This record gives sequence, structure tokens and C-alpha cells, in this order.
Amino acid sequence: MSLSIGPHGDSLRSDLAQIAKWIAPNSRVLDLGCGDGTLLHWLSVHRSCQSLGVEIADENVLACVQRGVSVIQADIDRGLAMFARGRFDSVVLSQALQSTRETERVLREIGEIGLQCLVSIPNFGHWSHVASLLAGHMPVNKRLPYAWYNTPNFHFATAQDFEDLLDRLGFEVLDQAYLDDDQIIRLLPSLRSTLAVYRFRKKSFRV
Amino acid sequence: MRLASELVMAPNSPNTGSVGPIEPQTAHFSEPLRLASGQSFGPYQLVYETYGRLNQDRSNAVLICHALNASHHVAGSRPDDPNAIGWWDNMVGPGKPVDTNRFFVIGVNNLGSCFGSTGPASVNPMNGRPYGADFPVITVDDWVHAQARLADQLGITQFAAVMGGSLGGMQAMQWSIAYPTRLRHAVVIASTPRLSAQNIAFNEVARRAIVSDPDFHGGHYYEKNTVPRTGLSVARMIGHITYLSDDDMAEKFGRQLRGSDQYRFGFDVEFEIESYLRHQGEKFSTYFDANTYLLITRALDYFDPAKDFSGDLSQALSVVQCSSLLVSFTTDWRFPPERSREIVEALLTQRKPVTYAEIDAPHGHDAFLMNDPRYHRLIGAYFDRIGQEAGV
Repeated sequence: MSLSIGPHGDSLRSDLAQIAKWIAPNSRVLDLGCGDGTLLHWLSVHRSCQSLGVEIADENVLACVQRGVSVIQADIDRGLAMFARGRFDSVVLSQALQSTRETERVLREIGEIGLQCLVSIPNFGHWSHVASLLAGHMPVNKRLPYAWYNTPNFHFATAQDFEDLLDRLGFEVLDQAYLDDDQIIRLLPSLRSTLAVYRFRKKSFRV
Repeated sequence: MRLASELVMAPNSPNTGSVGPIEPQTAHFSEPLRLASGQSFGPYQLVYETYGRLNQDRSNAVLICHALNASHHVAGSRPDDPNAIGWWDNMVGPGKPVDTNRFFVIGVNNLGSCFGSTGPASVNPMNGRPYGADFPVITVDDWVHAQARLADQLGITQFAAVMGGSLGGMQAMQWSIAYPTRLRHAVVIASTPRLSAQNIAFNEVARRAIVSDPDFHGGHYYEKNTVPRTGLSVARMIGHITYLSDDDMAEKFGRQLRGSDQYRFGFDVEFEIESYLRHQGEKFSTYFDANTYLLITRALDYFDPAKDFSGDLSQALSVVQCSSLLVSFTTDWRFPPERSREIVEALLTQRKPVTYAEIDAPHGHDAFLMNDPRYHRLIGAYFDRIGQEAGV
């Protein structure tokens, strides 16, 4: 099953496409580590969302401005207090969590800011990584193209590890999807998926 | 260093043309202006320059607000002096970040300044003598109201953007509060929602230097044919220190001695930095007015839109309707990034559209005037969007 969406031919990366499906039209979206603003631009154009991105890299901030995406240049590891009183319907962290230092704090904070949190992580438990480790090496591939000594990623987790953490932090998982490129993986996802995407919220938000 | 690599990799500078020689214009206002102090002031005049063409639906006007020592001469040169280049010529011009091929840009000299708009050196029609110390204290809000009247005269009901750095940024922010429907974008660079105690302290030392100069004569020095040049030049030296970063000063001057590598065991100029500051101070004292310096530093001190809202800036910004671009510079210790972030947070709290960039630049507060490619590309990209919205 293909996940690419976009009636005007502009397609999103598979985890972003999955995340976009969980975002209601006209809602307020905060994308932490928004990159060049692709998702937010898509959501503004196709879902009339009010969107805001957060990025640390100069070239990505520039790309967002060029797209007309509102963006705040900031380091999400230095705290999200700036966004606390603004409240968003959705807070997105797409493949950005593994490069945060204070991962646990970031998760707690996004739970406070967003009515729902949409997070994708690379699944370190993918069979190819296991095979690589069995062969004596840290996995290096097109999705994780860094060697152990120059990776920007501080924290690797398997899908199961991440789900355990969400539970421990008092989050309720509302939806999840396991992906390999743009395919949804249903059979043995913890071994066969390269990406896991979650929709969750703080349990106390339950109505 | 990231900056160095950025400079090396920068493609051809986007900053190309100049608007060329520009003749300043004068707008007269007979109706007195009601000031924040409660006083009414007028009649008065404002001098201004314009660059580019106002389009048919008048949607492409950009107002540039100046900081402490600048003027209406933002871009281009003067008809009588090709070397008198505008203070933001690297930002405003054909093909530049604020592209005068697309935008109609206005530079205006503020009330109380000394470059042609009515100020302390102007003649008071009540007594035929220069205002001097009798010139009323002016606030940022007063300036914005005066600028709005100029916009009325020019037939501009809504600016595509109001833009400024430092004190100019305060004016852009004040525009978004005082006239929410009259601008679509506020571009606030290297600014702050209020001066800190330290900022005010520096201003106060500068003012004391001026008023304690024996040539100041209580502000009525014009009639005495004197100028408190020493005081004004010390004031400028103090200000100048706050515009530069420690690293920038260390790199430019270090502990270099003037003309010798031996100490002379005296109190005349010994270090290069002393020579530089004295030169800056003396140069400034030949063209700037001391009463204007007092006025403008006081306007800086007083600026605090949150004051009427128990210090809650977000409440002050609740009326804002425009989008905002905030830019700060990492080595600016006069108005550091934290101050811009406060504005961003207040706007976010009010769910106002805002974009914020923090430029890693070595030049301290003065970075907003420098030709940094990352900074200029960002402003250029933002104005490109403004231009698309305005249909130019």
C-alpha cells in the first residue's frame, strides 16, 4: 500500500504522509525539527493548517522562509518554553527525536504543548541492523548514513523501546504505523519496519 | 567557523545596484501632534527620501525606520556628494534584499532628530529662537504617529512592511501595536521589547557626559554659539563600545599600541582602541546634535509596550494583525537574542504569525548594518514572499 498523498503531484516522504493523515484541516501544527518546511507547506496548502516550524540549521530556516513557512530558529534541546503558552493541536517530531540530547524532556514538553503528538523514529530493530551487528558492525545504510563516530544521532531505539518509554511517561498511543520506505508493514513490524510513526497524547487529556 | 565557510561559499553577492543620487523631500504638518508626554507639538516638518515606485494599488510601500544616529538617507547617494552613501545601502536598492525594483521604500528622519526634520536645533516659532532644551521629550510611539501622518500625505493606507534595526525595530514593533491594520509585516531586527537596567545605565552615562560639558548651557548652546563637542564625543564613545562585540574588538584592535611597541607611561592615546574610539567620537560630534542625542536615548529608555499591561508583553501584542519577522545576532550583547526571543514568545502566545532567525555573526549589535550573506539572503527571501503577496 502506497502512502504518497498529494492531489497536485507533490508527494511527501512516507512518514510525513502518514503524519499528515492524522492532522485535521484548519488545525494548528508545530513541527519541531521541520527541516526545509516540506510538511508544513503541504499542510498549509492542502489542509489550510496554521503552521509553525522550529529549526536550528540556517539553510533550513532560509528554505522555510522561501516556502512561506513560518519558522523559529531554535534548538529544541534548549527547551520549548517559548511555545508553551501558544498550544497546538498537533506537535510533530519527524525523525528528529534521535538527534535530541534531552529526549525524555523533549517528549514530556511536547506532551504539554500539543493536544496530540505525532512522532516518527527510525526503528533500530530492523533486521538489517541486527544482521549488521551480528556481522560485527554498527549499521550504516541509506536511512542511517552515518558512521558511529560522526553521527548526529544520540539516541537509537527500537520501536518496542520507544513504546515502553511512551508508556512510562504517561502517554497514550492513539495510532501507530510501521513503514519500510513507502510500504506499511503489518507482518513482524518490529523486525521489518525501518520507520515507526506514532500518534499519542498525555493520558490526562482524555475526555 | 561556520561564518567563514559561509562567506567563502557565498555565491555572487545578491547586492547589486544602487538607487543612485536621491533628492530628499520635505513634508509639512500644520496640525499639532499630541505627544505621549501630554504636550502638543507643531507645526513641524519631516524630511524623507523614497526609492522605487509606488504601484497602482499602493500595496508595495515599505517604511524603513532609523536607529539612534541615522537618518532618512537610507540608500543611494546625495545629488551633491556621490560618496554620501545611505546608511542601509547594502540592504535597500535594485536587486538587494529590499528590492527597489519591486518595492516603494521610504526613509524618514524622525521628529527631534538633526538631519532636517524639526528638532531641538530648529527655530521655535513662538520666540524665534532654537528650541534647545525646550524641545519636548519624544517617544517611539510619538515617532510612529508622526510617520503615520507622513504615510497619509503620501496616500499609503497600508505598508507591505515596516522595517528597522535596533531602535528602528522598536518603531516597527510599535507600528504593529499602534496601527495594526496599516502594515502587513513588521520586520524587527536586533531589537528589544525594552531596555535593560544596563542599557539605561549606558545611556545615562552618555547623557551625563553631554549635560556636564561646560558648553552645554542647559541645552541652549545654539544661542551661545557653542557646541558641547567633548561631551557628545564621549557619549558616542560609550555608545560605540556597546555596538561592538568583545571578540570583534579583540580581533580589530587587541592590545595593539598606537605607533610604537613601547609604553609611553602617560595618559594620551596609547592603545589603538583608544584612538579608534576618540576618532569615532570626534567625527560624530561634528555632525550630530547633542540635544538630539539626549532625546533619542530617552526615547530608547522609555520604550516598553508591556508597561501598560503589568509587564505582560503578550497582552501588549494582542492587537497585532501583521506577520512579524524577528532577527537577532548571536554576539549582540546590547540587545541579545534573548530579548528577541521574548518578543517571539509573546507573539506565539497570541498565536500571531512570526518567523525568527538567529544569525551567528561576530559583529555584535552593529551586525544588523553589515553585509552578511546569510542575514541578507534571509531578509531577501522574506521580502520575496512579501512581494509575491503584494503582487510585485
